[in-house]
Amino acid sequence: MSLAARRSGIPVHVWAGVALVAIALGVLPFVAALAGQAWVRILNFAMIYTMLALGLNIVVGFAGLLDLGYIAFYAVGAYTYALLASPQFGIHLPFWVILPIGASIACLFGVLLGTPTLKLRGDYLAIVTLGFGEIIRIFLNNLNAPLNFTNGPQGINLIDPFRIGGFSLASTETFFGISFSGPQKYYYMLLLLTIAVIFVNLRLQNSRLGRAWEAIREDEIAAKAMGINTRNVKLLAFAMGASFGGIAGAVFSATQQFISPESFGLFESIIVLAMVVLGGMGNIPGVILGAVLLTLLPEVLRYTMEPLQMALFGRVVIDAETIRLLVFGVALVAIMLFRPAGLWPSAVRKRELEVAKEEAAA
Amino acid sequence: MSEHTLLSAEHIDKRFGGVQALSEVSFSIRDGEIYGLIGPNGAGKTSLFNVLTGIYIPDGGSFTFDGAPLNRLKPNEVAERGIARTFQNIRLFQNLSALENVMIGRHVRTHAGVFGAIFRDRTTLAEEAAITSRAYQLLDYVGIATRANDLAKHLAYGDQRRLEIARALATDPKLLALDEPAAGMNATETRALKGLLEDIRRDGTTILLIEHDMKLVMSVCDRVLVLDYGRKIAEGTAAAVQKDPKVIAAYLGGEVSLHVKAAG
Repeated sequence: MSLAARRSGIPVHVWAGVALVAIALGVLPFVAALAGQAWVRILNFAMIYTMLALGLNIVVGFAGLLDLGYIAFYAVGAYTYALLASPQFGIHLPFWVILPIGASIACLFGVLLGTPTLKLRGDYLAIVTLGFGEIIRIFLNNLNAPLNFTNGPQGINLIDPFRIGGFSLASTETFFGISFSGPQKYYYMLLLLTIAVIFVNLRLQNSRLGRAWEAIREDEIAAKAMGINTRNVKLLAFAMGASFGGIAGAVFSATQQFISPESFGLFESIIVLAMVVLGGMGNIPGVILGAVLLTLLPEVLRYTMEPLQMALFGRVVIDAETIRLLVFGVALVAIMLFRPAGLWPSAVRKRELEVAKEEAAA
Repeated sequence: MSEHTLLSAEHIDKRFGGVQALSEVSFSIRDGEIYGLIGPNGAGKTSLFNVLTGIYIPDGGSFTFDGAPLNRLKPNEVAERGIARTFQNIRLFQNLSALENVMIGRHVRTHAGVFGAIFRDRTTLAEEAAITSRAYQLLDYVGIATRANDLAKHLAYGDQRRLEIARALATDPKLLALDEPAAGMNATETRALKGLLEDIRRDGTTILLIEHDMKLVMSVCDRVLVLDYGRKIAEGTAAAVQKDPKVIAAYLGGEVSLHVKAAG
């Protein structure tokens, strides 16, 4: 996007498009509710994963630092909220107070992970971050003795839902004759937060800082020689990425009202990384697409695999849970084979591929 | 050209294991000159560049730049002090556009942080506009303005070399250190490069130039330093250095023939 294009007035058809998308997003939870409240919850998860993936995209997509333990920051955010708004310690702070606390603590952990790994790249960084992610999970699992902080493997229950005064997002309420279920109300709050996260990410990418991250990804030595303080800029990437992970974690806690260390395993880290890579590393719309697809796809498969087999074979050959993961895996491999730069690569990547094609043709 | 010294090196030493890459190298570069650095392959020219720009830490000796010592600085701090460089094996940000490459060069002279990026206040917007216009200006200066939106890796070889110079100039250097800018260029491109180097010097930037193209070195450099096996073997005007028997021996393998004679 050139600067000139950004500054010029926005044409009418763009506004019309924005309005249409806004209406679609507005009625979406009611459409989903026709298929059951479970689908509204799935939409909510898609947004939580979008925030997570966008955070990881800063570290992996922009700065080019492979982080396999990213879920640890999600866990830190989730536990921060859980401990400050549950009967665990009898503390019940409001959501808007905890959100910045959760983001800051996750940010601190980001710096904590970033500092010792500054000189590592590629495979070595991946191994260390993987270890870091596991350390956090194991800590959460075992911090129930001698002093009980996290309630260990049982997790923390009865976490406060999001609330403003007496208005709770967890219960069903009626406004203007329309009944809003708990998940539907959460949907709107998550939508606002997700839009804010997307906005911040877009702004970061098109900035002096975003360019410095990309310079480090492309060639760290050249970046240094051009005067970029790579230490600070890399730490900032870890810190910003971690903060978004922390926000997503706090929201997850408030939505779910129950968390346990099980939700923060290596598999989750890999899924979030898959969203970033599959969608199109470094491209914000691509990463959003990746997050939404990878959240929805397994759920769609969960509900369609059994009826499909019944129709084809007259009985269930493989149970849904197993075949779901199989189809999911095949889909991932297929996407990477046919679209190696991701489903929605950045304009730059696309240009690259086009030129490569032209060169091949010539 | 003034007599004021911009950079002076005193007894620079650098070892890699048992190899003495640089040994007791001393020289000084005056403000506003084009200073050549030549020598056969493996003489230590690039090692000297890397020591100067903070990529290697010297084992001994010291640099004084613009009146203050330059010791143990990191590469980014060296760039901040006003030394910008290019690389022998071009190191552009390949998957970014030519314009973005130059904009990144402005990083060290600008200030916007996270809050500026997110809120885009008046100061940040003004800074961004200044970065963009300066980057366009520099692309024009080195003669590749029409390629601004092309990816760096899709530029022609000679243009990549020019882009590296534009990116280095974006850091507002007092000393521009070029590592074989004419390598791989044809005669026409080299002639254009010579013009560019003269323009840069005229506009007030001192140049340190590693180059194998002797015609270019001899025609553009005010003074030349010759390295061989990590030692300084000659320093002086291009004409004087050319006649130095030690230099001729280094380039034509004089020592080898002497050894052969002695053995025979």
